[in-house]
Amino acid sequence: MTDVLMDLPPDPILERRRIIQETASKKIGRRQLNSRILSGVFGLTLVLSLIPLVSVLATLIKRGVSVISWGFLTHDPIQPTLINQKAVGGIGNAIVGSLVVDGIAALVAVPLAILIGLYLAETESRTANFMRAITEIMTGLPSILLGVFSYIYIVLTMKAYSGFAAIVAITFLMVPVITKAAETAIRGVPHTLREAGLALGARNSKVSRGVILPVAAPGLITGVLLSLARAVGETAPILLVIGISGRTDWNPFHQMSALPLDIYQDSASGYASQQQEAWGIALVLVVAVLVLSLGSRFVAARMRREQR
Amino acid sequence: MTEESSSTKTRLLGRGLTGGIHPPVKSDLGYWLSIRAGALIFGGAIVLFVWSILHQSFSAWTSHGIHLLTGTVWSPSTSNYGALPLILATLITTAVALLVAVPIGLGTSLTIIFFLPQRLKTPLTSLVELLAAVPSVVYGLWGLFVLVPWMNTTIEPKLASITGGGFPFNGATNGFGLLLASIVLSVMILPTIVAISRDVIAAVPHEQIEGALSLGATKSQTLLKVVLPEARTGIFGAITLGAGRALGETIAVAMVIGSNPQIPKSLFSTGATLSSTIATEFGEASGAQLAALGALALILMVITASVNAGARSLTRRALRGHA
Amino acid sequence: MSMTQDELNPTRATEPITNGQSTVSTLTPPAMRLENVSVSFNGRTAVRDCTFNVASNRVTSLIGPSGSGKTTLLRSLNRLHDLTRSAKVEGKIMLGDIDVYGGSLPPTLLRSRIGMVFQRPNPFPTMSIYDNVVSGLRFNGVKKKALLDEAAESALISAALWDSVSSRLKAHGSTLSGGEQQRLCIARALAVEPEILLMDEPTSSLDPISTQRIEELMVELKNRVTIIIVTHNMQQAARVSDDCAFLLMGEDRAGELIEFGPTAKIFNDPSDPRTLDYIQGRFG
Repeated sequence: MTDVLMDLPPDPILERRRIIQETASKKIGRRQLNSRILSGVFGLTLVLSLIPLVSVLATLIKRGVSVISWGFLTHDPIQPTLINQKAVGGIGNAIVGSLVVDGIAALVAVPLAILIGLYLAETESRTANFMRAITEIMTGLPSILLGVFSYIYIVLTMKAYSGFAAIVAITFLMVPVITKAAETAIRGVPHTLREAGLALGARNSKVSRGVILPVAAPGLITGVLLSLARAVGETAPILLVIGISGRTDWNPFHQMSALPLDIYQDSASGYASQQQEAWGIALVLVVAVLVLSLGSRFVAARMRREQR
Repeated sequence: MTEESSSTKTRLLGRGLTGGIHPPVKSDLGYWLSIRAGALIFGGAIVLFVWSILHQSFSAWTSHGIHLLTGTVWSPSTSNYGALPLILATLITTAVALLVAVPIGLGTSLTIIFFLPQRLKTPLTSLVELLAAVPSVVYGLWGLFVLVPWMNTTIEPKLASITGGGFPFNGATNGFGLLLASIVLSVMILPTIVAISRDVIAAVPHEQIEGALSLGATKSQTLLKVVLPEARTGIFGAITLGAGRALGETIAVAMVIGSNPQIPKSLFSTGATLSSTIATEFGEASGAQLAALGALALILMVITASVNAGARSLTRRALRGHA
Repeated sequence: MSMTQDELNPTRATEPITNGQSTVSTLTPPAMRLENVSVSFNGRTAVRDCTFNVASNRVTSLIGPSGSGKTTLLRSLNRLHDLTRSAKVEGKIMLGDIDVYGGSLPPTLLRSRIGMVFQRPNPFPTMSIYDNVVSGLRFNGVKKKALLDEAAESALISAALWDSVSSRLKAHGSTLSGGEQQRLCIARALAVEPEILLMDEPTSSLDPISTQRIEELMVELKNRVTIIIVTHNMQQAARVSDDCAFLLMGEDRAGELIEFGPTAKIFNDPSDPRTLDYIQGRFG
């Protein structure tokens, strides 16, 4: 008789569903709160990341702007003395030194890196893979080791400190970085282009020069400018080998100064005027680095647009 | 390409170097050779580089042997060249830097990827990357003149009060020292950690996230239990890469650590790392000291090269898709 | 090519249809109701004005050529579009007597009641099989081992996976084949005991044998959950579903619901000529 309702055992599925929903409803408030707290924590870390950046830039501007003037950028330094504590002069020699060292290093590093980049991009062999690995590891090596290397082979041999020794160290610094960018840029060129060039009868070298490199140029230029941005700020590789000089000197075989080195030395000075000067130099240096870094992106974007 | 020219090439340059493009015309041999010449020159330079540091430190190893690594006194004036204080300081500053930078860096990547509107992602990523553009010496300057007073008056006393003057926040506070160096290092490795972890976290397939959410997970549950575990190989790669950078950082550390090559007694002590010692002592060194510094360079090179190699293999594994 | 009565599941009861209402008798309330549901992205409508009821403990299929908005519509049911800032869902979607977009039910709780299986199997690679299956329960705060074990076993049995994995529950999900991985995902979704199970082309990446097994599964699972499945495979819809919604992309590139009704009617005697065209193979 259907009007007597039997006591059926509860359906386990429905029972589980009930328990699960009960638990879920009970815990949802807590879980949502945890989610919000954690999101807040994550957001906080972003803020924490940016605080040092803001602090550094703000301090650079605050303490460095007052030091800078045209005279500051062009004149040579004056050593302050106990009598004349405020005298600082300028960083003309350091600017020239950085130009000489980094400029010549770039001139040497770029062609070399392009050749190596072509080799790595076009060769499939264990040797090439090994070279690539070594190059990548080199980009992460402490730059002071490059200074040690240059000291041993150049300074000790020539029995003198020189800008040349610094150039050797910086070249060694730049080549792996540019090579990596070069290989990526060259690999990015569709190999149908090379095949087309060869099919037209051109030699490989001509194809590379005329077709591949121009197409890879944006990536290459980015790599060069970025490695320059890094090189300009490096103190360690040149610290041990470049010597010291208070005069503007364009001869790389003499001792010279450089911007980051100047900052390093001034920061240790007992004279407040020199400590202050360090901030001015630092501002100039950071501006130079920013111009190079942002410039690399800008130039690459411009060139890519023109390629279309 | 004639038979004879190809076998000549093989004889001259060995099998390892042949591969890839073969010059179709004999006159293209120039190209083929020159790109390999570039690699050879650089390869040779690297060999010279490694050899120079090995050779420089020979006499130090032969005169002091293992004592170089285990000796607890580094005092060139008394001909003591025990690098243990330097090794310890290097490891401690790197470890603390990682402790600070990794959570902040991971959190920053997660925020940028999952909590920012689309139009803010690129600008904020660029801002964090800007941290990497600041030269080491400028960080040293900042650490020296901005952080030192702040550490001295605020941070270090606060930390000391947490442990009641006990380890590791014991001893006199002078602003300089291991803690400051660690903090400056953490700022310097932050962009590395953010950049790499951002790549690996963004590589976690969207279907995984949808899968977790469709089961009823909250956003943070998804991030913690699904996204981060899947990205963990790459995250370890990022951490290792950051460690590599911290281990080798020279100038900023030299400017704030106090150049005191003694076994550190607390995070507040001054000290000296492998790289900072090379930087500060090289200029005046000669003879035995120079050789010992060469030995430091060798230790540094071995440590950083292996850490970087490890980081490289981890990140490649991760980006290839293994969790 | 229309289906004949014989080719359809003979055990299913089909009733004469009026007004596109579903097969279920009026005594059982529909599991979900859609009224004028539209989804747009950045102002561009992807699917427009869908109205139909989803019957409880039945399989409802959304069919139509690609681009007709079926998946978009499906994902609006468990609020998966919340992840996309540019997405806007309009209209009313009711789960029982709760408005899905009303705000009384947090999306996380909603998704514990409406589960989803995706086109490509997506087990969590860092978790073991067991952990995968119970992951949904753990997310929702269920911790008691006894309950987890019970739910896992039940779900794996329902997904026809228990026999092959019960001995290696600690193994990683990646050791399973494609078809097994998809069944693992089904088990994972079932373990939370949802009322509704959404399936987005669940067999399109699988081989025919796995496909058949999952289709058999669907028919059995009806007793436990209400299934809504998106499929571009007409024959599959004919095989497994009780009700069918046919969507088509309109001239403005927005999908719209052309016809809804019991599968038998849709396939044998559709009201709309466009439905007939699709069934006979003129589209997609």
